[in-house]
Amino acid sequence: MRTKAFGLLAVCALLTGCLGGTQETDQGRNADAKEITLTIVANAALGGKNARGANWLQNWVVPKFTELQKAKGVTATIEFEQNGAGDEDFKTKVALDLKTGGGGDIIEIDGIWLGELAQAGQVKPLDEVVGTGTNWDGWNQIPQAVQALGEFDGKRYGVPMGTDGRVLFFNKKLFAQAGLPADWQPRSWQDVLDAGTRLKALPGVTPIQLNAGTAMGEATTMQGVLPALAGTGRPIHENGKWQGDSSNVKDVLGLYQRIYGGGLGDPVLQQEAKGRDRSFTLFSENRIGILLESDYFWRSVVEPKNGVAKMADRDSAVGWALVPARQAGAGVGGQDFVSMSGGGVRVINPNTKYPRQAWELMQFLNSAEAVKESLAGTAQLTQRQDVNDEVLKGDPVLSFVAEKVLPITRYRPGLADYPKVSAALQQATADVVSGKSPDDAAKAYREALVKAVGEDNVG
Amino acid sequence: MDGSGLGVRRAVGFVAPALVLIGVFLVFPALWTLYIGITNYQLTGPAAANPRVVGLDNVVNAVRDPLFTNSVWLTALFVLFSAVIGQNALGFGLAWLLRTVRPWLRRTVEAFVLLSWILPGTVVAYLWFAVLSRDTGTLGLLLGQPETAWLVQYPMTSLIIFNVWRGTAFSMLLYTSALAAVPPSQLETARLVGASGWQTVRDVVFPHIRGHVLTNTLLISLWTANDFTPFLLTAGGPNHRSEVLPVLIYRQALEGGQLGYASAMSILLLLGNLVIALVYLRLLRRRA
Repeated sequence: MRTKAFGLLAVCALLTGCLGGTQETDQGRNADAKEITLTIVANAALGGKNARGANWLQNWVVPKFTELQKAKGVTATIEFEQNGAGDEDFKTKVALDLKTGGGGDIIEIDGIWLGELAQAGQVKPLDEVVGTGTNWDGWNQIPQAVQALGEFDGKRYGVPMGTDGRVLFFNKKLFAQAGLPADWQPRSWQDVLDAGTRLKALPGVTPIQLNAGTAMGEATTMQGVLPALAGTGRPIHENGKWQGDSSNVKDVLGLYQRIYGGGLGDPVLQQEAKGRDRSFTLFSENRIGILLESDYFWRSVVEPKNGVAKMADRDSAVGWALVPARQAGAGVGGQDFVSMSGGGVRVINPNTKYPRQAWELMQFLNSAEAVKESLAGTAQLTQRQDVNDEVLKGDPVLSFVAEKVLPITRYRPGLADYPKVSAALQQATADVVSGKSPDDAAKAYREALVKAVGEDNVG
Repeated sequence: MDGSGLGVRRAVGFVAPALVLIGVFLVFPALWTLYIGITNYQLTGPAAANPRVVGLDNVVNAVRDPLFTNSVWLTALFVLFSAVIGQNALGFGLAWLLRTVRPWLRRTVEAFVLLSWILPGTVVAYLWFAVLSRDTGTLGLLLGQPETAWLVQYPMTSLIIFNVWRGTAFSMLLYTSALAAVPPSQLETARLVGASGWQTVRDVVFPHIRGHVLTNTLLISLWTANDFTPFLLTAGGPNHRSEVLPVLIYRQALEGGQLGYASAMSILLLLGNLVIALVYLRLLRRRA
């Protein structure tokens, strides 16, 4: 009987102890350690997802930083933990790791997860993790808008890894066949739909691919709903409220209906479990005409040598244009064209055994030398202005994004509720693609939104 | 009371390791799930740092959630058509037919059927993905319909056929051994009085194997109700059209981060399992 009581007691103690609970951090712990181990976690794998980043971490950062530490008399073991998972799965893994006190010392996350991880206490402000001494000359090189990617609630949590912008990519070969210009620049949604109608005449070609549905995850929101919504003049979150079933949301869903109900897009593709990857392949096989994507598409997807859907003739076959507002001047801030931006952020695990050394590694990862090295000769909008000035010149799309797109772009609201809103938006587009009317889909969206964030926060 | 002659102390020592294992890996997780199920616990966000006990709210919300009722309905269809009807019938049919064929043919067929059962789920899912996908899928090419995305256009039908294919081996094995227990003399009598194949099965074979049928149906029903392989094929899509309960629970818990809500749903699934089990057990007892 006594053992039973003891067992019950132990179970109760475990039950009450495991959920929640915070721990004090000692920022100076192990500051003078002569032997350290640091792990970097990223959703990247050698020869797989984000292979370039993986290669850089494994073959440049690890040996180089070990060497630097050795010069200081410290034996450092730097490990790079590879992942090659879907973004949402990776987030789950990171959250579970952090929640259970595990995980790497430096973790690469999507900036948009910062809010929910911070609210859960799973990541902490840099100052709290590292203590004083997060002053770093590198901050001067990172533009304020980009720094904001690593901030939540006015506090700095991590160092951004760069940013991106959204444009319309189109296939010039298909455009030529359809009698459309190679220097195409639509000025309204109608212009895009008209081009789609022309492309529809080509056999075996899907004219427009606008990400939709839940299978595509955040890609639907970022490369579909949000740019379209910005094109109607109202961002998803303003004056402290999330947009409900407004006329703007209905307009966006109407656009989806015109594309997927009108034969301009392929509704089946949007519902396939691996639809996004397939859309990449189809584009590279000259079977998709117009695609709204991040510059990531140009530098990592159809990139001729290392892309996941290589296009040997990318430079001559792929065209790009600004994303138009619904019509000229109708976009947010009265803009003619719109874009959305995001980017990754590196954070330090609050449970790291070596906070000081992790911060040292963080500075190293974001040094001009390291950032330049990470590009491996290609161009990308990095976090650092000095590096951008140097590397973007050689790439037409990236300098286009830097010069024309970033000045008009918007960032997602860095709020913990955002992922839930995003999921509700994905569901709304899924509803339209599978045949619901925009009005019904908008109504269901509002209900889901109220359930997710509360009536008071819906405008 | 000390039937083993070990003495109480030694008997306790003897079973303690097993009890500890059961406690750690079975009882504790079950209690844990129960507990999480009454909280608003989430993977991230404020409810992850400070979960609150919300009582039966999760259960009430689940029952009112159209996604949940949709899943219950799909799970019922999945169990009924793929396990109760499909695997049972095909498994029995194979066992019945293979009874009289040459041993080498019988062993070959059994080996192939078993293969579908013992291959790892991920491997099998990949194979079926290749068969059912659009453009290059084998089935589409064979039927001359390369444009058909089977998993998108007929998600539940695809899953049901898949599960019949995958799970039939167990029923076949069980019925093979059950049929061996039917007295040959009765089969012979049936043959002599001119009973047809169906009459023989119904009047001679079935009464002998009724217990096996019930046991088999119970097991494959429970396995199918809890099967997660559909996730590998359709991930619940398109638009929740193949979201059986285990998939819904996974997506709510890990993709949606709603651990409390998903735990409540998994408790409901557990209760569903118990109800099925009780119904079968009653039927079994009635037989006895």
